[in-house]
Amino acid sequence: MTATTEATGGPVVAQQTAGGMPAHHIAIFAGLLVLLIAAPFFFYPIFIMKILCFALFACAFNLLLGYGGLLSFGHAAYFGMASYVCAHAAKVWGLTPELAIICGTLVAGVLGFLIGSLAIRRQGIYFAMITLAFAQMVYFFSLQAEFTGGEDGIQAVPRGHLFGLIDLRSQESLYFLVLAIAFAGILLIYRIIHSPFGQVLKAIRENEPRAISLGYRVNRYKLAVFVLSATLAGLAGATKAIVFQLASLTDVYWTMSGEVVLMTLLGGMGTVFGPIVGAAVIVTMQNYLATFGAWVTIIQGLIFVVSVMLFREGIVGVISKWTRKPL
Amino acid sequence: MFELLGIPPQALFGQLLLGLINGSFYAILSLGLAVIFGLLNIINFTHGAQYMLGAFVTWMLLNYLGVNYWWSLLIAPVAVGITGVILERLFIRRLYHLDHLYGLLLTFGLALITTGIFKQIFGVSGLPYQAPPLLSGGHNLGFMYLPNSRAWVIIASAVVCLATWFVIEKTKLGAYLRAATENPTLVGAFGVNVPLMITLTYGFGVALAGFAGVLAAPIYAINPVMGENLIIVVFAVVVIGGMGSILGSIVTGFGLGLIEGLTRVFYPEGSAVVIFVIMALVLLVKPAGLFGRTA
Amino acid sequence: MKSRFVLAALAGVLMSGTAYATDVKIGVMNDRSGIYADIGGEGSVIAARMAVEDFDAASKDINVEIVSADHQNKPDVGSNIARQWYDTEGVDVIADVPTSSVALAINEITREKNKIFLNSGAATSDLTGAACSPNTIHWTYDTWQLAHGTGGAMVENGGKTWFFLTADYAFGHALERDTSAVVKEAGGEVVGSVKTPFPGTDFSSFLLQAQASGAQVIGLANAGGDTVNSMKQAAEFGITQAGQAIAGLLVFINDVHSLGLDVAQGLVLTESFYWDMNDGTREWSARFEEQTGNKPSMIQAGVYSAVLHYLKAVEAVGSKETEAVMAKMKEMPTDDPLFGQGVVREDGRKIHDSYLFRVKTPDKSEGEWDLYETVATIPADKAFRPLEEGGCEFVK
Repeated sequence: MTATTEATGGPVVAQQTAGGMPAHHIAIFAGLLVLLIAAPFFFYPIFIMKILCFALFACAFNLLLGYGGLLSFGHAAYFGMASYVCAHAAKVWGLTPELAIICGTLVAGVLGFLIGSLAIRRQGIYFAMITLAFAQMVYFFSLQAEFTGGEDGIQAVPRGHLFGLIDLRSQESLYFLVLAIAFAGILLIYRIIHSPFGQVLKAIRENEPRAISLGYRVNRYKLAVFVLSATLAGLAGATKAIVFQLASLTDVYWTMSGEVVLMTLLGGMGTVFGPIVGAAVIVTMQNYLATFGAWVTIIQGLIFVVSVMLFREGIVGVISKWTRKPL
Repeated sequence: MFELLGIPPQALFGQLLLGLINGSFYAILSLGLAVIFGLLNIINFTHGAQYMLGAFVTWMLLNYLGVNYWWSLLIAPVAVGITGVILERLFIRRLYHLDHLYGLLLTFGLALITTGIFKQIFGVSGLPYQAPPLLSGGHNLGFMYLPNSRAWVIIASAVVCLATWFVIEKTKLGAYLRAATENPTLVGAFGVNVPLMITLTYGFGVALAGFAGVLAAPIYAINPVMGENLIIVVFAVVVIGGMGSILGSIVTGFGLGLIEGLTRVFYPEGSAVVIFVIMALVLLVKPAGLFGRTA
Repeated sequence: MKSRFVLAALAGVLMSGTAYATDVKIGVMNDRSGIYADIGGEGSVIAARMAVEDFDAASKDINVEIVSADHQNKPDVGSNIARQWYDTEGVDVIADVPTSSVALAINEITREKNKIFLNSGAATSDLTGAACSPNTIHWTYDTWQLAHGTGGAMVENGGKTWFFLTADYAFGHALERDTSAVVKEAGGEVVGSVKTPFPGTDFSSFLLQAQASGAQVIGLANAGGDTVNSMKQAAEFGITQAGQAIAGLLVFINDVHSLGLDVAQGLVLTESFYWDMNDGTREWSARFEEQTGNKPSMIQAGVYSAVLHYLKAVEAVGSKETEAVMAKMKEMPTDDPLFGQGVVREDGRKIHDSYLFRVKTPDKSEGEWDLYETVATIPADKAFRPLEEGGCEFVK
């Protein structure tokens, strides 16, 4: 998406230091970790876990949109399908939570490969519409299939014992598992962005014909980032199923796809930390506005409009501009 | 008696006719999207909400002002078109220099706001709309009972679609439009007010959605979410047809309505996804769409 | 000095007077913005408040606080609210909760946290079957009741052959399966069915298939917007005028009201409550209408009745301790002006009469809400699934 050129095009250009992560990124990651370890003592742990799951989801989405330049309007499909498969594996097959999460994540990856290989045949808005249409197909499948439980979803998913040992019914153990998964996922995304693969992606995003003329097989790169993004979105969805002990249609519906776009846009697409901030803001907002019904939709719509009209860099993008540091 | 796959031919005709009626909605909506896309290069995500708006304006005209259906056919699309003009002037206009995806995100946000406001005011149970006397009742065609309101949908949509095609492809105004699609700067240099043309084109595309809403009012439940799922199907229709040609989107709309109608008879479980499956097939064989030009 | 001491003592007495023996907090959770907002929504909250007022809790040394939230018909939103209510906000009882998926989620959480769940809004009979819980009472209606009420009574009234329009997901399938069983048992016949995509807008194609089948009754195994749309289009295609009857398997009075009698006339349906049954229901419904502008749905009536019974149990026990209150609620017969006398069965099923209604024709209706005429009353002992058939585990 060329728009990200605009966001990062100023003096703020992501520079790759030779030794890996720049110091201020290390500081932010460390700060975040400390905050998150302390958070459950001050806030409701399940609420923080929800934010973590959505932060990972948004980061996975941002990998595709912010760095791959591909706007998918159907990421709920991978998030939701992984959540169903994980819930089914844990409840019906009786797998331990880590295996169930892996099952869900893998299925999301396969689904991402199938849809991705068709969707990358078109660009821009067509790409967005195609991913949306396929996600709707996945939604209808989830509605009709036996194993998803239709409208009821898969309820009362057992949290089980991690590696067969650690009882996840304890809120603390569960919290640290979720924290570990989300953090590992986000660090992996960071690593991908700053790898040679990530650099090629940026090159394709900025100027696809040039990348082709340089001999890159553009479609392979696009498919690879699509599958990676879908897989990590799946990891987030599968984890969410274990946290809430529930997999439901909400997670595969198109509104969920819209929400993850909103989180990324608001936080700052093409920034490392933006989606985390976006996820935290939106989840908190939904939590406090839950009693106001349709107002949630209206406010989300307003945030969309304001972000697009006045605030295209997003929260973190703006901070990044002020501090003149890529975030 | 001769039967086709266990379905008597009379019943089949009836089902095909119903498919064509649903196709009318796909045709008008995808036509509106194509008109807007042609000149503005954005996908109008608000289209579904504007379709809903058309139906609600029709309802409000009758219930608050006592204006009947026939006047609504004229007033509601104009009213919806005016809201479109305002949106274009206030918001969409400022995004033309950016990536087209921002247009998509903006119109998505506008759709959420519009739907949310109507949900807040009217709830989602749906409002009844009494069809005008001329449209209630129906005719027995021998193979089926065809309500007048449905027959009217086919006639009205065919007329509107053909008129739009005629204006864009065969008149001087249409020629300006097509030229501005190719090269707005050059057309501007000839003294044509291109920004005004863009605004009015958006207004017209939106008015088409509003018109579809008026047609829907007497036959479907009027509720704030009536456009939400429809618009996703219409997106698939647009991908299948490719937005390159006006006639193409009309033909694809009606054609897919027919196919969906047939699916309802032979494999009803699949009728919700048949259009998406066709979309996948088209992408495999002809990624630019049936009538599309490769960009 | 002395007078000041007296004042302080007096203040102390007054303050202890406002500290109640029992504080209970009731959370009314339902859909406040979506398709079920009209049948529950704010109306259910008002019904709960009316129960507190009518019970006159304050004079009985019970302090009742009512909170409410919107679950948006999403199980994850609902379970999130429920956990927070139980964990951090001291809610003792959750009431209403339409939408089966959310209700099942709250059912599990309530069991885990050992609180009380008074469900009025949800349809699934699993709440007192496979998913039954010692902490849940399913108050107003369920799918078994609706299928049996409508299916059984329709066959008895001459509707022998059936064709189903079934929403193509688990709920629709279950409704069709249950109703077919009843129809066959009563001597009727199912001549066909068609699975319709959910959610659907255009049902005309399926209605023509139903018409072509020649069945006497077209059963709508769907809910909400699907039912409204299929009714509207059945009227458009002249299905009922041509002699076929339409049976709604999950229709509420608000749906009928919004459809209008022109469209809905002749529809047959089952409900547990109708405002115009007797003086008690009329008096209460009039008060309810003053506050909401609508007549109550059976779900809102159920919330009133459930909260009232809960408060009586708390008063009788003298505390809000979950086991004792649940035991008291099941032991004590229920009695209120809306549902009359009834009982709460061991598995958590509230038992009362059920009614088969037919929607009036426009010329017989005398007012905006004069919508139903009673076809049959299904007595309480036949209205709900027998205890042994539910398969509820903890009852054995």
